[in-house]
Amino acid sequence: MTPSPHLTLAVAAGGAVGALLRHGLEMWVPDGAGFPWTTLAINVVGAFLLALLPALARVRRSPAWTVALGPGVLGGFTTLSAASEQARALLADERLAAASAYALGTLVACLAAVLLAGLLSARVEQDVVARAGGDE
Amino acid sequence: MTALLVALGAAVGAAVRFHVAARLDLTPDARLPWGTLTVNVIGSLLLGFFVAHAIDEQTYALLGTGFCGGLTTYSAFAVQTARLGPLTWRAASYAVLTLALGVAAAALGYAVGS
Repeated sequence: MTPSPHLTLAVAAGGAVGALLRHGLEMWVPDGAGFPWTTLAINVVGAFLLALLPALARVRRSPAWTVALGPGVLGGFTTLSAASEQARALLADERLAAASAYALGTLVACLAAVLLAGLLSARVEQDVVARAGGDE
Repeated sequence: MTALLVALGAAVGAAVRFHVAARLDLTPDARLPWGTLTVNVIGSLLLGFFVAHAIDEQTYALLGTGFCGGLTTYSAFAVQTARLGPLTWRAASYAVLTLALGVAAAALGYAVGS
């Protein structure tokens, strides 16, 4: 399946916005040579919001907005390449414990964020149905 | 200027990721999201190379922070892993493959670049 130019542009524009947000945060609170807390936080927040998106997308019903926000903004905001490179740098410094804690910590925190977003989405869905009188 | 280069690089990276993922992630026989795995590993390889290679700040903003950052995604990786079933072998394989190949690729890129 090849995405349409329209959707590709939406993703590109969203990706630019997401990367600018990431860049801004990295300038504001640089990761430095220690534990990369800023990148970790960016990835956890981005994973949480991506998992929350279906609840919003169902309301919007716009494929262009869905891909602009998901693969676009949140895909551009989060980064696996920086996480890989930071883990490599920690390993190269022989900081094995920090490298493992960083790699596993990011994964576990992101998965927890995704599961939490799933629970919240289900609750939002119930509220929407209830308000529409759909649960009577 | 730097911000503009980050935005430009990320726009291209995100568009490439979107196309690769659309072709490889959702094929009926795809047991794992191979497209996202591929862009994440290639992006890690390139970023390792750019970090090691003494490129100036502007070029790094365009190719490293921008392109590699836009090409790779942790959010989709996390959501896909959870969707595969957080406590299944398939999810564990996907997570371990992505993270291990990502770090190995970054190390390879770094070695080639330095």
